[in-house]
Amino acid sequence: MEGCSKTGEQACPQLLDLMAKERRKWLVMRDGEASSSEEKKLELRLGPPGGEDKRWSLKDSTNRERDDHHHQYLLSLGYFSSTNNSNNNGFSFLHHHSSRSLPVMAKESSQPCCTKVADLQSAAEKKAFPSSAPAKNTAVPNSSQKRTAPAPVVGWPPIRSFRKNLAGASASKLPASESPNDVPSKTVDEKPAHEPGRKNPFVKINMDGVPIGRKVDLNAYDSYEKLSAAVDELFRGLLAAQRDSSAGGLVNKQEEEKAITGVLDGSGEYTLVYEDNEGDRMLVGDVPWHMFVSTVTRLRVLKSSEVSALSREKCRTRYWLD
Amino acid sequence: MLKKMSYSSLPEDVLEHVFSFVQSDKDRNVISLVCKSWYEIERWCRRRIFVGNCYAVSPRMAIRRFPEVRSVELKGKPHFADFNLVPEGWGGYVYPWIRAMAGGYPWLEELKLKRMVVTDESLELIAKSLKNFKVLVLSSCEGFSTHGLAAIAADCKNLKELDLWESDVEDPSGNWLSKFPDTCTSLVSLNIACLGSEVSFSALERLVVRCPNLRTLRLNRAVPLEKLAHLLRQAPQLVELGTGTYSADLRPDIFSNLAGAFSGCKELKSLSGFWDVVPAYLPAVYSVCSGLTTLNLSYATIQSPDLIKLVSQCPKLQCLWVLDYIEDSGLEALAATCKDLRELRVFPSEPFGDEPNVSLTEQGLVLVSEGCPKLESVLYFCRRMSNDALVTIAKNRPSMIRFRLCIIDPQTPDYLTLEPLDVGFGAIVQHCKDLRRLSLSGLLTDRVFEYIGTYAKKLEMLSVAFAGESDLGLHHVLSGCDSLRKLEIMDCPFGDKALLANAAKLETMRSLWMSSCSVSFEACKLLGQKMPRLNVEVIDESGPPDSRPELPVKKLYIYRTVTGRRIDMPGFVWNVGEDSALRLS
Repeated sequence: MEGCSKTGEQACPQLLDLMAKERRKWLVMRDGEASSSEEKKLELRLGPPGGEDKRWSLKDSTNRERDDHHHQYLLSLGYFSSTNNSNNNGFSFLHHHSSRSLPVMAKESSQPCCTKVADLQSAAEKKAFPSSAPAKNTAVPNSSQKRTAPAPVVGWPPIRSFRKNLAGASASKLPASESPNDVPSKTVDEKPAHEPGRKNPFVKINMDGVPIGRKVDLNAYDSYEKLSAAVDELFRGLLAAQRDSSAGGLVNKQEEEKAITGVLDGSGEYTLVYEDNEGDRMLVGDVPWHMFVSTVTRLRVLKSSEVSALSREKCRTRYWLD
Repeated sequence: MLKKMSYSSLPEDVLEHVFSFVQSDKDRNVISLVCKSWYEIERWCRRRIFVGNCYAVSPRMAIRRFPEVRSVELKGKPHFADFNLVPEGWGGYVYPWIRAMAGGYPWLEELKLKRMVVTDESLELIAKSLKNFKVLVLSSCEGFSTHGLAAIAADCKNLKELDLWESDVEDPSGNWLSKFPDTCTSLVSLNIACLGSEVSFSALERLVVRCPNLRTLRLNRAVPLEKLAHLLRQAPQLVELGTGTYSADLRPDIFSNLAGAFSGCKELKSLSGFWDVVPAYLPAVYSVCSGLTTLNLSYATIQSPDLIKLVSQCPKLQCLWVLDYIEDSGLEALAATCKDLRELRVFPSEPFGDEPNVSLTEQGLVLVSEGCPKLESVLYFCRRMSNDALVTIAKNRPSMIRFRLCIIDPQTPDYLTLEPLDVGFGAIVQHCKDLRRLSLSGLLTDRVFEYIGTYAKKLEMLSVAFAGESDLGLHHVLSGCDSLRKLEIMDCPFGDKALLANAAKLETMRSLWMSSCSVSFEACKLLGQKMPRLNVEVIDESGPPDSRPELPVKKLYIYRTVTGRRIDMPGFVWNVGEDSALRLS
């Protein structure tokens, strides 16, 4: 805070000028009201806090904070804009956004204005951000236009892995109250966190020589070949980075990155193995894909030379996360 | 003549005694600001510290300021790590803390960790160095195995509590329980519900038998139902029980044995577990229902009629976690019976299905809000909602403190009017003046954020996804929510402006998470450079973010700290402060 206000004091005169220009940008984002009252509101905001407007009203008790806050804002905008000029590339997205929106800012009623701004926003957003969430609904009521097939989004819906697909856990065994012998008693050996039957499609995968493990989403693949390609993609860079750091020098990553191949047939430097829901270690590729997916609990990419020397005891001590 | 009363002339031990009645961290912090001597006295007698973000302060600093602490609570990864948004290896390692505390807090008794990476080495160090260690709670942690647990069991002679709440434990190996020595009789609470592997039942039984103070026992799924009765008869004093798998062959002798065992547990207040439920065995618990205050049926895949039968017998219920199989009809029964209900969580049975598989709608929640006058905490997954319903809920329950609504399909509008749900959530924040936590979902414009900024003055944590239209939305929240501590946002069109305009606000918060939004790398850099007391971390697994500055950053995590950049960042995390170019890997 202190540091900022120091520099802020010096920069302030120019910043106020910039503010006049910048003000327009902020106006744009307000849902529609007459421009003159807009300016009035912003003027109030610049000076000591007034009380009238609830939306922008600043309580007396928070005066100081608001002033500091306000300085911060000016400061940020100031620096923000000065670097603007020197580096067009980085800000083209934002320039595009604001200059486009400017003419829209008018005395329109709120809904259409919102919509237009939202549209322009979305258009602008999409340019810079093509992989964003699929086409948004705007505020227009006629949209029962939802996205047709919702693509699976990481992190949504927000539930922990071990809660996913519980319905599958007891399968079709949602028994009517008193039906006999639906579920034979069994000693269950499944981890709630990584249940087989793909309750949790995310499976941990570790690679020899790479301290950081990853997670793969098995639902994203439908064959061993695709999984193998994914393993290569995941670890190629990391493995090269490890070699880099152990070599100690700055090596050109592109040249040093070797494809990781032959993980399924033993022909490569590395071999893909997995642990199933009974704790056994198996070579990947022996069973039909669907069976593999339903029983795998974790994956490992081992040096092919080590695979033959595999024993449970050895592997238990080797792969502590540390 | 008035005698001047000088509070600072009170002897230290008197002040210390007075302070000992003040347990709340907030109040303790205020005390320490009164004057230098109070600061000194207070810091020497603080016994408990809570560090909400393990990277906000270094262990050394914490130990230096509070040398006599007996209980430490730490939190590591951001909340969205629960939903796979934080890549493995991000951080949250507890080892540096344990190492520091092994020397600095040799008499440490309690350690509570949430979302941290705990290694076997850390657990072994605890077991070796902390001679008076009593309580270990590992909530949503990972990185350790049963070997580490074995060390704790073997060496912590005074262990009272071992709680592995929803943690991810490596390596199925059940022998660790046998490592509790025969002399260990101090256990009060044992929660191993998250363990995938079988534990030795005989070791478990022996442990239960020799620990007369055992109050909480949460078994894992591998413990068969047939053996539960036996265990319960050894521990009829249990207050909290988590069953193992709740299925067995339908045999009358098993049933009567179980029912008999439950009826002997007169103190039971909390039940959980219930994996693989066979409904025929549910009546075995009926005898304890009248005393139950907490019921966790969130793994119980049983239908509404069975749920209704169960819940209707629990008039003292305060907390219910259940799957959406309960349906609106079940919630109606809940509302009619459980007048003491404080907390309701309804989880989705099929979160990835396109179509609703159960008849659970907004009506269920409305009914509960009408029938349960003490309802204050809600987590509700459903597939449709209306503004009317939300307004009704808000007006019914102005004392709501936590309201987390997840409408499963992103951007779902009000199903009646097809409008955004701004007004509904607006009503929530307007009526529920003490609201501390809010999660939004459904179709939402900037307007909802305007309401939140205007009314949600006590809001501490806000979770947002697929909402808003512009930076104005984020600006409303950052400028209006006076009590905001944690803000987590995914897939919203929020960009640089609001962030930069409210940079100072970020120092008053614990953390901000933004993923799949529209924040530019330049803005992050600016923020990182101008705000030395913030760590601005960009997470990008595909390469250095400054190599493609025209793209928005994928994941951004900003948190306040007094220790500067952290030294354990993996290759895919960049701290974009001053010398980001010179970052050591």
